[in-house]
Amino acid sequence: MFVYLDNSATTQVKPLVAEIMAKTMTEDFGNPSSLHRMGVNAEKILKKARAQVAAALNASPEEIFFTSCGTESDATVLRGVWESRKKQGRRIITTAVEHPAILRNCEQLAREGADVIYLPVNRDCTFDMDAFRSALTPDTILVSVMHVNNEAGSIMPLAQIRSEIDRVNKSILFHTDAVQSFEKLDTDVHKLGVDMLSLSGHKIHACKGIGALYVKKGLHIQPYLLGGGQESNFRSGTENLPAIAGLGEAVRLAEENKQARIAHIADVRCYLKQLLQDNIEDITVNSPEDGVCSVLNVSFLGCRGEVLLHTLEQDDIYVSTGSACSSHKKGSHVLTAMGLSDAQIEGAIRFSFCEDNTREQMDYVCEKLKTAVESQRRLRKAFKR
Amino acid sequence: MENIYIVRCGESALKGKNKPYFERMLVQRIKKNLKDEAGVTVERVDGLIFVRTPEEIPQEDVLKRVGRVFGVDSISPAVEVPIEGLDAESALDAIGREAVAFMMKQIESRGIKTFKVDAKRADKTFAIQSPDIGKRIGARVLKGCKVLKVDVHEPDCFLYINVRRNFAYLYDKKIAGYGGLPLGTNGRGMVLLSGGIDSPVATFMMAHRGMYMDAVHFHSYPYTSERAFEKVKELAGILTDYCGRIRMFSINLLPIQEQIVQNCPEEETTILVRRFMMRIAEAIAKREGDLMLITGESLGQVASQTAASLVVTDAAVSLPVMRPLIAMDKTQIMDIARDIGTFETSIQPYEDCCTVFLPKHPVTQPKLERIEASESRLDVEALVSQAVESAELIIISQREGI
Repeated sequence: MFVYLDNSATTQVKPLVAEIMAKTMTEDFGNPSSLHRMGVNAEKILKKARAQVAAALNASPEEIFFTSCGTESDATVLRGVWESRKKQGRRIITTAVEHPAILRNCEQLAREGADVIYLPVNRDCTFDMDAFRSALTPDTILVSVMHVNNEAGSIMPLAQIRSEIDRVNKSILFHTDAVQSFEKLDTDVHKLGVDMLSLSGHKIHACKGIGALYVKKGLHIQPYLLGGGQESNFRSGTENLPAIAGLGEAVRLAEENKQARIAHIADVRCYLKQLLQDNIEDITVNSPEDGVCSVLNVSFLGCRGEVLLHTLEQDDIYVSTGSACSSHKKGSHVLTAMGLSDAQIEGAIRFSFCEDNTREQMDYVCEKLKTAVESQRRLRKAFKR
Repeated sequence: MENIYIVRCGESALKGKNKPYFERMLVQRIKKNLKDEAGVTVERVDGLIFVRTPEEIPQEDVLKRVGRVFGVDSISPAVEVPIEGLDAESALDAIGREAVAFMMKQIESRGIKTFKVDAKRADKTFAIQSPDIGKRIGARVLKGCKVLKVDVHEPDCFLYINVRRNFAYLYDKKIAGYGGLPLGTNGRGMVLLSGGIDSPVATFMMAHRGMYMDAVHFHSYPYTSERAFEKVKELAGILTDYCGRIRMFSINLLPIQEQIVQNCPEEETTILVRRFMMRIAEAIAKREGDLMLITGESLGQVASQTAASLVVTDAAVSLPVMRPLIAMDKTQIMDIARDIGTFETSIQPYEDCCTVFLPKHPVTQPKLERIEASESRLDVEALVSQAVESAELIIISQREGI
């Protein structure tokens, strides 16, 4: 049985999405900047997708800019805010568990003089509000906090963070990397209170190579890419129309029955969690109780996550780990920041779900996993005798 | 138009009565490395090999491909001057004319200012002796290329003249090859190929002495990943540039590791696994007609490579075990790995042996009796034959292009 449980890494493109993309490549292949009819037609496709993404965020279309990926969206925010506001202040606040797209760019800004604060997280990877309050100063220029952590699935309290910000200084900018939460949680930008939001297509069954950035109306930050002036002069480069059309379609499909879909994913996750707890000894659930529907992080003590991963792939089950078997690679920065023990980090597996997963699949996964865990434990126990 | 290259075979010219055989093998290897491209000819004439290629094939390409053929001492891109039927004076005149043109090209392309002539008369019936050829051509070049001066100590450019029957050759450099002996002149061997830095170098070094290489690779999937396996295949692919096609036998050691872990002392795990690897490699080698086993071990590098460990390892097999890197330092080995192009692939972080099976304190001074006693708890013969039967053969074809 094929069971794909690595949907936080990437997802399968929906057939309808692929269909629209193919059509945009082979028939409606005009350049939106062209003056002729084909250009006009292409622009219509662009407009439609922009409206679809905007609607999903409760934003207006002119606040949506298409980019090449989540990383580009994040980098645009960090670089752009820094260049536009570094005269007003140098403090940038983020968390220790952000995606590398945030962390590496922050490190670069720190080398250029930014005062970057990496907030610690709680043991279940939830937000440490006290640490945030003490880090927040009136001259902070940017707060960037991910909506959902990609490894643990914890949800950060963005609305609450916004209120804290407003108490200190209303003009501090607030960005969120919503790559893991888009279409899994409510990402109404007004409810969340964010000024900027990054999202990515390939986590919601669109293709790789397409992302978007929401920038609140009236907010001007320096563009990252200069050139032909596409995307209202904010993101130059000929629009990746097939991928943009695909993203629009993926959003449409996801919005169609959003609540039922999320409920189904949550049910599958909860079902697997219960199965594992009932059937396999010595495990710790690292995801918080109230985490996102799509991520479940579990440590199988006395096991190597990577060995479990390769054992499961033999049964056509695909998961991911928090650490690598190789001594050359370091364990996950997220699990480390959560303060997990070495054994927990070593034995961590991340299951990430989508609507195509079923309870039946989970029965199969649990059965295979039980065998894999037990045989590895037996072997390692014998070795360390 | 065609390009001409003079290829010198080093050591293989010294092998007495076998000389024609070695040269024939060498010609064959050169042809093969040039992929039998249309218009390429390779022929032996009086101890030298002449490679002629259509002009379209870039020079660097030919130098690289021919330079990789073991047995090639050096190569020179050359200019050919026909002198058939000419008397010595007219021949010298023709050579002089070409020499001036040749040196003008060097001035234009490299801005040389000084030169030195090195003339040789391979055809002893040619009426002018070598030193005189050198002097007279030198004078002619000085006259024809006004910017040039002679510098016998540190010339910017050499002008080599080789006068042979019917043709004379001009060239300015000898590009060193790897030397060694043509592939296939020394039988076939079985190398234990891991994903590390050493064993690819050992493979290269044995092939360099004319040995065809088969390989055996051990992994512990799922305790190791498919990427580790892809890495070894990539390494073998690079090695085919030198060794030609490689037959690689891939074996999952996990069943044996499981038995060892469950029945034998932890600190002996590595040496016990090593002995199993040797036995399996030997069984396949004997079946496939390989004459010896080859490993990338270097004395004292790790616990399983101490002198005492190597003695215990060797005791498991009867075939001779060759260790071309035995007395080399890691840095020397790394230099060769860089030179032959395997280093960057070798250092990719995918391990072929999971650290799960690495004992904390492996024995460094194993005693054969103790190791044998531990093995007596295992059905060695059955484990080896199961492993041999399960071996998967992967043919790594010689890579296309450079």
